[in-house]
Amino acid sequence: MIGNEVATGDSLIHSLDPRVKIVAVCLFSIVVAVSHRFVVLMSAMGLGLSIILLAGVPMRQLVRRLIPVNTFILLLWIFLPFSFEGEPLFSLGPLVGVREGVLYAARISIKSNAIVVVLIALVASTSILTLGHAMHELKAPKKIVHLFFFTCRYVDVIHREYVRLANAVKVRGFRPGTNMHTYKTLAYLVGMLLVRSSDRAQRVNNAMLCRGFRGNLYSLSTFSLKAADVASLILMLALMLALGVLEWTKMA
Amino acid sequence: MDKDGLIINLEEISFGYPDRPPVLDKLNLQFCRGDRMGLMGPNGSGKTTLFHIIMGLIKHSSGRIEIFGRHVKEEKDFRSVRQRIGLLFQDADDQLFSPTVLEDVAFGPLNLGKSQDEAKAIARKTLASLGLAGFEDRITYKLSGGEKRLVSLATVLAMEPEVLLLDEPSTGLDETTEKSIIDILRGLDLSYILVSHNIDFLVETTHHVGYMANGKVSVDPESIPHTHVHTHKHGKYVHEHGRKTPNDKA
Repeated sequence: MIGNEVATGDSLIHSLDPRVKIVAVCLFSIVVAVSHRFVVLMSAMGLGLSIILLAGVPMRQLVRRLIPVNTFILLLWIFLPFSFEGEPLFSLGPLVGVREGVLYAARISIKSNAIVVVLIALVASTSILTLGHAMHELKAPKKIVHLFFFTCRYVDVIHREYVRLANAVKVRGFRPGTNMHTYKTLAYLVGMLLVRSSDRAQRVNNAMLCRGFRGNLYSLSTFSLKAADVASLILMLALMLALGVLEWTKMA
Repeated sequence: MDKDGLIINLEEISFGYPDRPPVLDKLNLQFCRGDRMGLMGPNGSGKTTLFHIIMGLIKHSSGRIEIFGRHVKEEKDFRSVRQRIGLLFQDADDQLFSPTVLEDVAFGPLNLGKSQDEAKAIARKTLASLGLAGFEDRITYKLSGGEKRLVSLATVLAMEPEVLLLDEPSTGLDETTEKSIIDILRGLDLSYILVSHNIDFLVETTHHVGYMANGKVSVDPESIPHTHVHTHKHGKYVHEHGRKTPNDKA
């Protein structure tokens, strides 16, 4: 299945109640997103890295997952230093890099990496299905939870359908190039995939109706908070509070 | 009510798409309690359409449907039909949409208003009765084709229906799984209509076979599926023996 590495492992992070993890990650993300001071951001980054070390995520997997975020951030580094007014720092021909711009880009880089690192720790230590159930338990909107479950369930089926179609054009000698024929074929492929997915959605809906579906999905899993969960939650809350205080005291 | 045991009564049902010959053309079908009926017919002859019309998933353009002695017309009429008639879909990937097997099988009972514990118990019992004990926490999309078919059957049976509509339950299965489906069907205390292209399968599982063509079902009570090994040019199709026509030599 695409993008679903098995969440195996027996670290403390793995064994935590998924609800605690979701709450902690949300809190962390909010605090980091609204903070400005570098002390706060760097501490958050440090905290994120300790969490991911504790979860025992392999380095390669971590780096691979950080690449997309940082590609985007690279773009910011190209534009941001030159799009502010303030103290000049360096110049590239007619372009002048400004201190404020550089700081701004640095803040965004640290913030996004810290948040993504923690998210990786969450996803790598919790199976996707457990996450869905935990969202349900946390009273996330029903539609989001349904969407989440159906995506998990059918991304693989749709991927298989895509592979079937792609093989069908391959065995008839299709080689992609830069020409109208290629574009047309690819467009047919994507179009066909959409049509098939929509047909499948219709059939799944029918199957659900046949079994009495009236808009409710029920979850059979139950979670229970253990002492370690409560302790971790309290620790996380305290740390977030500390970061908040650190951020707030700069005003004083 | 259904005092004569008549549970599905279709009268003059028509259905079709514009600019094409009708899929169902004034079709009549009577199905009684205790009956086990096979249904054969070429691809596109409307077998699946017929099932979907009985379940109220598509709307027929004319005709009258009576199920369990009641005239059904609206979506709300069909809701109660769906509790008593179970449909097994051709493609198990359509039927199994929950992440785990247990959740999928418990989905129907939960919709019928059972509590979580009751639904789990029913799901476990149904799975065990199909020889699927231990499958509860398996991920549905990682099951093999045969396992998916059996779990699909479990999801339908968990609703404790009185009638089953089975759409090609044996297609694409290996001999072992086909054999276990045959054993399961023979052991059920249910009435069913079963679509299949496989006459050997129908011989094992049904009392008589209807043939679908030109938008109609022809049911001949005397066409009883049976097997005896011999060869002649009609061997591939449902056919009758013992009635001599001028062309017959034997």
